Amino acid sequence: MDDLNQLLLGFQVALSWHNVLFMVVGVLLGIVVGVLPGLGGPNGVAILLPLTFGMDPTSAIILLSSIYWGALFGGAITSILFNIPGEAWSVATTFDGYPLAQQGRAGEALTAAFTASFIGALSGVVLITFVAPLVAKFALRFGPAEFFGVFFLTFCSFVGMGRENKAKIVVSLALGFLLAAVGMDTISGDLRLTFGATELMKGFDFLVVVIGLFGVSEILLTIEEGLHFKGKKAVMDLGVVLRTWASLPRYWATLIRSSVVGMWMGVTPGGAIAASFMGYGLARRFSRQPEQFGRGDIEGVLAPETAAHAAGTSALLPMLALGIPGSATAAVLLGGLMIWGLQPGPMLFVEKKEFVWGLIASMYLGNLAGLLIVLATVPVFAAIMRIPFALVAPIILVVCAIGAYTVESSRFDIWLMLVFGVVGYVFKKLDYPLAPLVLALVLGDRAEDAFRQALLGSGGDLSVFFSNGLVSSLMILGVLLLFWGPVSDLLKRLTGKSGRSAPAAS
Amino acid sequence: MTEASPLTPERGVSRRVVEIVVALLLLGLAGLALWDSYGRGMGWDNGPENGFFPARVAVILAIAAVAALVSALRREDSVFVTYGQLRLVAQVFVPLFLYVLGIAYLGIYVASALFMAVFMIMLGSFRWWQTALGVVLVPLISFWVFEQQFRVPLPKGPIEAFLGY
Repeated sequence: MDDLNQLLLGFQVALSWHNVLFMVVGVLLGIVVGVLPGLGGPNGVAILLPLTFGMDPTSAIILLSSIYWGALFGGAITSILFNIPGEAWSVATTFDGYPLAQQGRAGEALTAAFTASFIGALSGVVLITFVAPLVAKFALRFGPAEFFGVFFLTFCSFVGMGRENKAKIVVSLALGFLLAAVGMDTISGDLRLTFGATELMKGFDFLVVVIGLFGVSEILLTIEEGLHFKGKKAVMDLGVVLRTWASLPRYWATLIRSSVVGMWMGVTPGGAIAASFMGYGLARRFSRQPEQFGRGDIEGVLAPETAAHAAGTSALLPMLALGIPGSATAAVLLGGLMIWGLQPGPMLFVEKKEFVWGLIASMYLGNLAGLLIVLATVPVFAAIMRIPFALVAPIILVVCAIGAYTVESSRFDIWLMLVFGVVGYVFKKLDYPLAPLVLALVLGDRAEDAFRQALLGSGGDLSVFFSNGLVSSLMILGVLLLFWGPVSDLLKRLTGKSGRSAPAAS
Repeated sequence: MTEASPLTPERGVSRRVVEIVVALLLLGLAGLALWDSYGRGMGWDNGPENGFFPARVAVILAIAAVAALVSALRREDSVFVTYGQLRLVAQVFVPLFLYVLGIAYLGIYVASALFMAVFMIMLGSFRWWQTALGVVLVPLISFWVFEQQFRVPLPKGPIEAFLGY
């Protein structure tokens, strides 16, 4: 019950008038970021992060996480009205959302998508409220070896559960680790991998890398597509909203199923993208009329949106409780916490209670505010898509350059942004996943420190990673996840099922 | 999402060639990291030396790059980017490159104004007053937001110095 009192105190923090203002501003900015090509959750947050350095951490994180909620909502607008997924996790939303818009039922589809997002996010926040403190309490007993075990588990599950070519996931992870190693070594104080270049001494800042990888590259990809958006008009009024809401209770099973899938995939870093597809696949399999899917079934909008948002929100649980982000955006938020001098992880729940619970309370309020704002403003944001790309693109690029510069006030970083823009463009076209690179870049130093501290403590004996039940099970689980793909293929072949259907949620 | 497959095969850069180039670059990076770690000690001296971790990661990177290369060679070749698309991308990338170069000499505000102008005239079909509005407003608004509201100094050039900033 102590936690509930803390949560109430958190609501008091989050409900102060300037925090509510930041919430509204954040959600609005987030929707813009979600709707515009070339800006998404991770780099939208990354660009605005330097602006918040002067604010107090609670307000800053409320602003930034509200941008995240807004971006999650905004992705659905473009998928449904324009058949362009604003984010990778809203790809599955286009399958049924766009057909619905073509039939003139865009208002219904949008209402369903936003409400589903809200339900998904809410289930994620409830999970965080009740489980994160327990995880944090449990993790207080962790030593360096255990932390390395958790890092190991995270990286292994990325490799094992990713949908891309495994070799390319490993390349992306390893590249992130190497980039993280550049600069001053925190334990010995030596300079590593700088080759005498003074610009490299401070290392690669992940914000600059994120702005390049996700922002600049996305503009290059968008220009390639030729840029004519053919959008559908959305009629939104209270009648449509209420009618759609009245029809939603029928789909309670889909909503619950997608929420559970999303929460699971968010906490284990399977990610929102995989969750949205899995939610869609499961809804189709359990549907009484599966042939309707893909032709404009409301359920086909509800299922992926709920799952994606449950995953996107739950990804913040390991970030808060263990200091390990479950998604690229969570990684950026984590970087922000560290810049403000807050060390995410179990100690945060002890030392910065009011911050943690203020943030959690703001998640409830931010999503509620997001739902109301997005329902009221869809026509405005759909109009953004009609602004010519030749005006939007240079503005986005100018904002990216300013964002890259402000991180460290370094002109060299603008060049780095450009380089990583090209890297991101090539990697995306060759199906190298980018999220593992960002994750490894943020966590690389800490994973290495945990590894070396554990070994220093044990005098170089590798058996420290198998010295007690906890750390051994973490390591073994990691190895199992690493080989999850081949193992599940083998199981499927043994049980004689065809691999066409969606993978079972395990 | 980006892989558009046109009905009539357009000529373009081979995907296989790009895969090979990327894999070779990755191998080169792995080699650099190994060489650097070797110079500082990547072995075991009462616990891992500071090159231990990067060296192991570099080896993993090299193995994964080779695996990616092999799987790319076994796949059927496709078009990475058509020449038409490449021209469009260059139309964005070249001004962007000049913009970043320009920031060093002109400061970010003047460079942004020039960049907006080039971009809007080359890629858009705007009336002259629309372009003028974009060129003037974008630097002014960023100046107001960053220098005056948030007090974050951005790179400035000779013109700003002349105006006393």
